[in-house]
Amino acid sequence: MSIDIDTARRVAKLARIRVEEADLPKLAGQLNDIVSFMEQLNEVDVTGIEPMTSVTPMRLKRRADVVTDGNIQSQILKNAPDAREGFFAVPKVVE
Amino acid sequence: MSANTWTIAAARDALRKGEISAVDLTMSCLTAIDAADDLGAFVHKTPDIALDQARAADARLKAGDAPDLCGIPLGIKDLFCTKGVPSQAASNILRGFRPEYESTVTTKLFDAGAVMLGKLNMDEFAMGSSNETSCYGNAVNPWKIDDRKLTPGGSSGGSAAAVAADLCLGATGTDTGGSIRQPAAFTGIVGIKPTYGRVSRWGVVAFASSLDQAGPMTKSVRDAAIFLAAMSGHDPKDSTSAELAVPDFEAALTGDIRGKKIGIPKEYRMDGMPAEIEALWAKGAEMLRDAGAEIVDISLPHTKYALPAYYVIAPAEASSNLARYDGVRYGHRATLSAGDGITEMYEKTRAEGFGPEVQRRIMVGTYVLSAGFYDAYYNRARKVRALIKRDFELAFAAGVDAILTPATPSSAFGLGEMASADPVEMYLNDVFTVTVNLAGLPGVSVPVGLDAKGLPMGLQLIGRPWEEGELLNHAYVLERAAGFVAKPAKWW
Repeated sequence: MSIDIDTARRVAKLARIRVEEADLPKLAGQLNDIVSFMEQLNEVDVTGIEPMTSVTPMRLKRRADVVTDGNIQSQILKNAPDAREGFFAVPKVVE
Repeated sequence: MSANTWTIAAARDALRKGEISAVDLTMSCLTAIDAADDLGAFVHKTPDIALDQARAADARLKAGDAPDLCGIPLGIKDLFCTKGVPSQAASNILRGFRPEYESTVTTKLFDAGAVMLGKLNMDEFAMGSSNETSCYGNAVNPWKIDDRKLTPGGSSGGSAAAVAADLCLGATGTDTGGSIRQPAAFTGIVGIKPTYGRVSRWGVVAFASSLDQAGPMTKSVRDAAIFLAAMSGHDPKDSTSAELAVPDFEAALTGDIRGKKIGIPKEYRMDGMPAEIEALWAKGAEMLRDAGAEIVDISLPHTKYALPAYYVIAPAEASSNLARYDGVRYGHRATLSAGDGITEMYEKTRAEGFGPEVQRRIMVGTYVLSAGFYDAYYNRARKVRALIKRDFELAFAAGVDAILTPATPSSAFGLGEMASADPVEMYLNDVFTVTVNLAGLPGVSVPVGLDAKGLPMGLQLIGRPWEEGELLNHAYVLERAAGFVAKPAKWW
């Protein structure tokens, strides 16, 4: 599977990273190098092998679904590039 | 000898005996740091915090309430969130970010009385093997053999440079594919990546959550044991943190490995491996044999596939983890043009905020997780990962106590020398270390000698899960036999 310019453009869009048209060929080339490196995995016989989901054999722990903190609005907003009236502000989303 | 050159163990004993104060010890490090800007190691200095903590440590020492790290000046990798102190993972996208909270690791260190000297350089979001992807510029290896500046390795390059140049007594690092062990090897220091789940990941900026582990970078194996114990332990805020007691790692350093079985994996003998690395590896095996261990040849048949599996899994997890940097809650937001909507805000912010290597990895991760490719790449890589882990399990089940390998395929290379290489060539730096992250095992890099050029070379020991104490004991034997005492000549 090779990555062409259209695929590179689509991946950049999915990743929400703006890539200038002029930079797409180089990006496609680099992604291609990396992906062909991954193709080696096709040599491995993985019949009957389950994908590894947890590094150590442990069940994810559960806790009671209760509120454990809160009332820290100013701390939460402190690092926001644009916070107004207790909210994160973003460009208009709905027309 | 100026106090900043001491080991943690020596400083701990001197502090307890009252031979030096934590303030004086801290001052000696702060002076060394201010004279070492050419190394690019400390990117945010925190002398006021350091001196406040040192004074508090002196009070605790006086009161006789002094844990091992009380009054010990440390450097903290920029990946750790430190309250009120810039924590930006060496990325422009987190420029100006000052966390409102403290990571579990730094909380534990500070509770133990440790002193933070500042934040340390690294590759952006820990993605890199040379510290050249940092938004702060390069960290530089204190080891220098000609007019070239050499890389301290990466991603924990600032941590490695700071410890090797005696700017601090030890430093925190993190290791996703070798980011503690490779820079440790390049700078002639000790670095251990503990078992996955030993150290809490809470408050450490995430790269690839199933691979990331924090660990200490130090001047000696004993220091690594002391420091690791202080970082470790169960944390309810990290759901993968293990509910296991933390053993006394320092007490495990008996120096006795008689009857232990050391595996030498034949698949680590790579084509084109420099003869010096091969000779060092053989020398290391001989040192362990001389100490009474039995050396056995083993096979880890899926080793070859570790790197490609890693470069599917790590970017996949990164693409998901780094989705949070969207210009809304923290960090950088691009200046928008009239009419730009929220999608343009995301796209411009991420294009400006992330460097090229991080962008590349996010896009690779996005690709391998996208519809139609998920099974072909991501699921296949996770199956291969299961096989890699099984290789190790079979070796340990056959009675192997530790595995000895080279730490890196070469000694430190020049900054900029890999600039024209394709990204995959840089990835090859991790060839001996990624297997350990994929399998979740503990691994330690120990300096064992200098190459013909006069640069440090390290060997890696890999241990059974949760047996960092025994692993460090093997490392201790290797350290004592190698007698590595060389220090970089000061040029900075």
